[in-house]
Amino acid sequence: MSAMRISLIFVMALVTIAVVLGWQSVKARSAKNAPATVNVNIDNFSFGPATVTVPVGTRLTWINRDDMPHTVVSVNGAFKSKVLDTNDKFSFTFSKPGTFEYYCSVHPKMTGKVAVQ
Amino acid sequence: MPNNSQEQLLHDHNHDGIDRRGFLKCMAWAGTGALCVMQGGVLKSLSLSALPSKSAPPPSGELTFVQISDSHMGFNKAANPDVVGTLQAAIHKINALSSPPEFLLHTGDITHLSRPEEFDTVDQILKSAVTKDVFFVPGEHDVLNDDGKQYLDRYRKQPDGPAWYSFDKKGVHFIALVNVLNLKAGGLGTLGAEQLDWLKRDLQHRSRSTPIVVFAHIPLWSVYPEWGWGTEDSAQALSYLKGFGSVTVLNGHIHQTMQKVEGNVTFRTAASTAFPQPQPGKADSPGPMKVPAEQLRSVLGITDVNYIKGHHALAVTDSSLA
Repeated sequence: MSAMRISLIFVMALVTIAVVLGWQSVKARSAKNAPATVNVNIDNFSFGPATVTVPVGTRLTWINRDDMPHTVVSVNGAFKSKVLDTNDKFSFTFSKPGTFEYYCSVHPKMTGKVAVQ
Repeated sequence: MPNNSQEQLLHDHNHDGIDRRGFLKCMAWAGTGALCVMQGGVLKSLSLSALPSKSAPPPSGELTFVQISDSHMGFNKAANPDVVGTLQAAIHKINALSSPPEFLLHTGDITHLSRPEEFDTVDQILKSAVTKDVFFVPGEHDVLNDDGKQYLDRYRKQPDGPAWYSFDKKGVHFIALVNVLNLKAGGLGTLGAEQLDWLKRDLQHRSRSTPIVVFAHIPLWSVYPEWGWGTEDSAQALSYLKGFGSVTVLNGHIHQTMQKVEGNVTFRTAASTAFPQPQPGKADSPGPMKVPAEQLRSVLGITDVNYIKGHHALAVTDSSLA
């Protein structure tokens, strides 16, 4: 193989690696920024998981799997669901960081927390 | 003979010196309908199962009323798919009492989801009761979504007035308290400063010999705080009731009968007409408890109350719908 051809192959390999690395980096950046969806189950008079930590932009969905109605009400007034019967859902997108304590206004011993980072 | 499901009704917290074996035996019959009448501290019992005829009525006094509770109209899950039927059975039981009650007290959770049609259905069923006079207090299921506006529009005594109220019947003073509004995260039932202030003024000038009946949805004593079965500021309310010779507190919310006596105050909770709930701590959560279908009516019930003038305690009987 001539020196020129070897150089050409070498350069093409470098370019390919650069392109692949660049593409991976773009992909990684957009995966990190893409809004995630997270579910919290309501069952047996409790929120599960009771504490979740999520990135800013996450859309949280509470699903009532219990045989009694519940609500999802934040202590600081950020969100408040209507009453949720079995299989009803409530969603809220956390666009700001912070700690959001919430509870069920019908059964106030049921409490939960969302930490948004 | 009491069976296992009726033993669930036995929660004797009585420390007033009444023979425990005699009292417990009477309570065991309560599931099948025994009238346990306390007159001047002496316990008498009669079986209700034969429904005594009008010619030989059981001891009754100047005033008879019935407490029903937790009808949860709109509930349709496995624990009871027919809450209409069981509420109707409760009304039939009331109508069959040989001493017809003068009025009914409903201690809340009238509806399951605060829906207008649920309130309508209960009102409709109550129309077939032998007495049309019904006094309500709301449960937490009656004030969903709207901070109780619908409940208040339907049942409030005075337009724009508070949810609580009092009234007198034959010399007995009845106080309706509301402890299901403005519930705080992690908290229990709550009465609030405004209601407590009203209660204090309501009782201030009453003769201490006036028998008092307080009714509210969530128990005014600490049954099981882990499940929210208590009221945060009830101690203040009870302090206003000190000095009255006879105080009876009637509650619902826990869907099982329980009794506790503290000095001059007798606390009682009623069974639900819809579904039972587990005993404190006996399950993961206080949700609806499934029992075999043939046992359901034996764990639902009504509470019959007789006031006999001159007697310290009201005569209170819990009967099941079986």
